[in-house]
Amino acid sequence: MAAVVEVRDLRMEYAMGSDTVHALRGVNLTVEPGEFVAVMGPSGSGKSTFMHIVGLLDTPTEGTYRFEGAEVSGLSADERADIRGRRLGFVFQAYNLLPRTTALENVELPMIYAGTSEAQRAAIALEKLDMVGIAQLANHHPNQMSGGQQQRVAIARALVNDPGLILADEPTGALDTKSSQDVMRIFSRLNEEDGMTIMLVTHEPDVAAYGRRIVTFRDGLITGDAINERRAA
Amino acid sequence: MTIKATLRLAVAALVRNKARSLLTMLGIVIGVAAVIVTVAIGVGARTSVQQSINSLGSNLIVVQPGSVTQVGARSGFGGASTLTPEDGLAIAKLPGVAAVSPLATLRIQVVAGNNNWQTSVSGVAPTYTFIRSWPLASGRFFNENDLASAAKVAVLGESVVEQLFPNGDSPVGQTIIIKGAPFTVIGTLAPLGQSGMGQDQDDTVLIPYTSAMQRLTGLTTVNALLVSAASADQIDPVTASVTALLEQRHLIVPPQTDDFQVRNLQSIAQTASQTGAIMELLLAGVAAVSLVVGGIGIMNIMLVSVTERTREIGLRMAVGARAATILRQFLAESVVLATIGGLIGIVAGAIGTLAVSLLTQWPTAIPPQWILASVAFSAMVGVFFGYYPARQAAQLNPIEALRFE
Ligand SMILES: Nc1ncnc2c1ncn2[C@@H]1O[C@H](COP(=O)(O)OP(=O)(O)OP(=O)(O)O)[C@@H](O)[C@H]1O
Ligand SMILES: [Mg+2]
Repeated sequence: MAAVVEVRDLRMEYAMGSDTVHALRGVNLTVEPGEFVAVMGPSGSGKSTFMHIVGLLDTPTEGTYRFEGAEVSGLSADERADIRGRRLGFVFQAYNLLPRTTALENVELPMIYAGTSEAQRAAIALEKLDMVGIAQLANHHPNQMSGGQQQRVAIARALVNDPGLILADEPTGALDTKSSQDVMRIFSRLNEEDGMTIMLVTHEPDVAAYGRRIVTFRDGLITGDAINERRAA
Repeated sequence: MTIKATLRLAVAALVRNKARSLLTMLGIVIGVAAVIVTVAIGVGARTSVQQSINSLGSNLIVVQPGSVTQVGARSGFGGASTLTPEDGLAIAKLPGVAAVSPLATLRIQVVAGNNNWQTSVSGVAPTYTFIRSWPLASGRFFNENDLASAAKVAVLGESVVEQLFPNGDSPVGQTIIIKGAPFTVIGTLAPLGQSGMGQDQDDTVLIPYTSAMQRLTGLTTVNALLVSAASADQIDPVTASVTALLEQRHLIVPPQTDDFQVRNLQSIAQTASQTGAIMELLLAGVAAVSLVVGGIGIMNIMLVSVTERTREIGLRMAVGARAATILRQFLAESVVLATIGGLIGIVAGAIGTLAVSLLTQWPTAIPPQWILASVAFSAMVGVFFGYYPARQAAQLNPIEALRFE
């Protein structure tokens, strides 16, 4: 089975007036199916930039990227949108749910763009809401839910198209400790019970501890890549 | 994505912002409603002009003095007053002519007892009621003897009866004073109602034209000659022979232009419909302007909406929406807004039209093609003014959009 993510010598440069910001300076990483990678590193070290490239939201200045065995560097914007919709799931720090829209409809959104039939959409959305433990809130609007509940809706939304990879950039950044634990337990269970491949950025060691592999960024380079002894055991 | 799915996304987004959606529509609603009401009044007026022209009697030919627009060319003639009753008598002898009546009209104060009323006093021939197909309500009309003797007799229209004899007494046999002279009322006319131009046709007093010329106008000429052709197919030949006869009588030789106009109902009807067409063109202009203003309102709000929903757009892109899909969704939103606005505008316009016709008693009519045109034009406004904001949305960079605060 091909690696889910295989990047070689990934570089990302931003022109800032006359200066050039080197956000990534040659990153190499391979993520196999079923891995749970926690990404850590100081602010500005390039974690989000890397996640955006892996999530096909951005294209690198240099380097190759194979996603699920296929080179994706030369793809058109539409082709990248299609892969995002069908093979990738995103969870953001800010939840990014549509306001004045029920949890169920929020979860259905990726399936609308993927062309799933209406009857199937509702069934799948409800199933995923049940997986994250909030099926009873299906008809609630985001402003009627706690932060932890909203983030769980966002996780359900990331799951609906059975993605090959879930990308989460500081998913617990806005949550209290209790909600963070609830959310991280869901990620853990998805990884362990459903074999879901997950890549998750965090600043907190407690959160990173849920990962089975911990990758550390510093100044646009990966400076640490280790198995999480406590979890691997 | 199918059109249906795109429309549903658009409607869902609009419903999420009900109040704003309604306010955005308002420009289109008001524009379309205003167009519908003005068109309804315009078309209604035109239809009733047409009807009343037809009700004048379809075989009517009107001879009027010519205009004096040709500078210097006919300085020998005094502009508008060249037609005489003698011209009328000569026309009456032409083949195909059923009847002729001069018309000498004057607006003047008429007094009966304590009541007085400003009305139009028309000097006509006894043939007038036949030419206009205008029956009497009571009494009799004046005859050739009254005409020959320039008798001081009058026949009153219904509105004048109401003004001068408000207590309901029969006016026949009573005396009215016109310009100081007593006239005996010998009859009254059946009511005709308003003319197409909104004029009260019953607000009139008819007297022998000889009396009118001698006692009121003091002129030897008249305002018009009304000619009735014997039948509809005689209208064109009679129009031609009347023209030839009057050119001969008025000593007009080519390069000179006629000092009179001979018009039959066909040509009057044509003029009326040309005026109506110009009016409709103007209305179409008003329609276009108001809808453009409504469209600019939509563009405005859609641009605000795109900015406000930047993160939403970023999210939609992250979960698989292509740029073209985003473009279509936002375009669909403005088209749906504009079209629904147009439909509400039609309903509002229909209600407004009903209110206007109930309040003013004006005739109105909403032609179905204007309803279709309003909807189609509204939708086009939505496409045109929605395209720019939709393109702004589709061109957003998903990362920057997601990071947008
Ligand atoms: N669009 C951009 N234009 C210019 N510079 C950028 C842009 N995006 C990121 N950078 C720069 O690239 C570097 C890496 O940024 P990135 O957001 O990947 O860091 P991060 O590791 O996610 O930090 P944090 O933990 O604070 O989220 C930073 O120096 C940042 O200023
Ligand atoms: Mg970051």
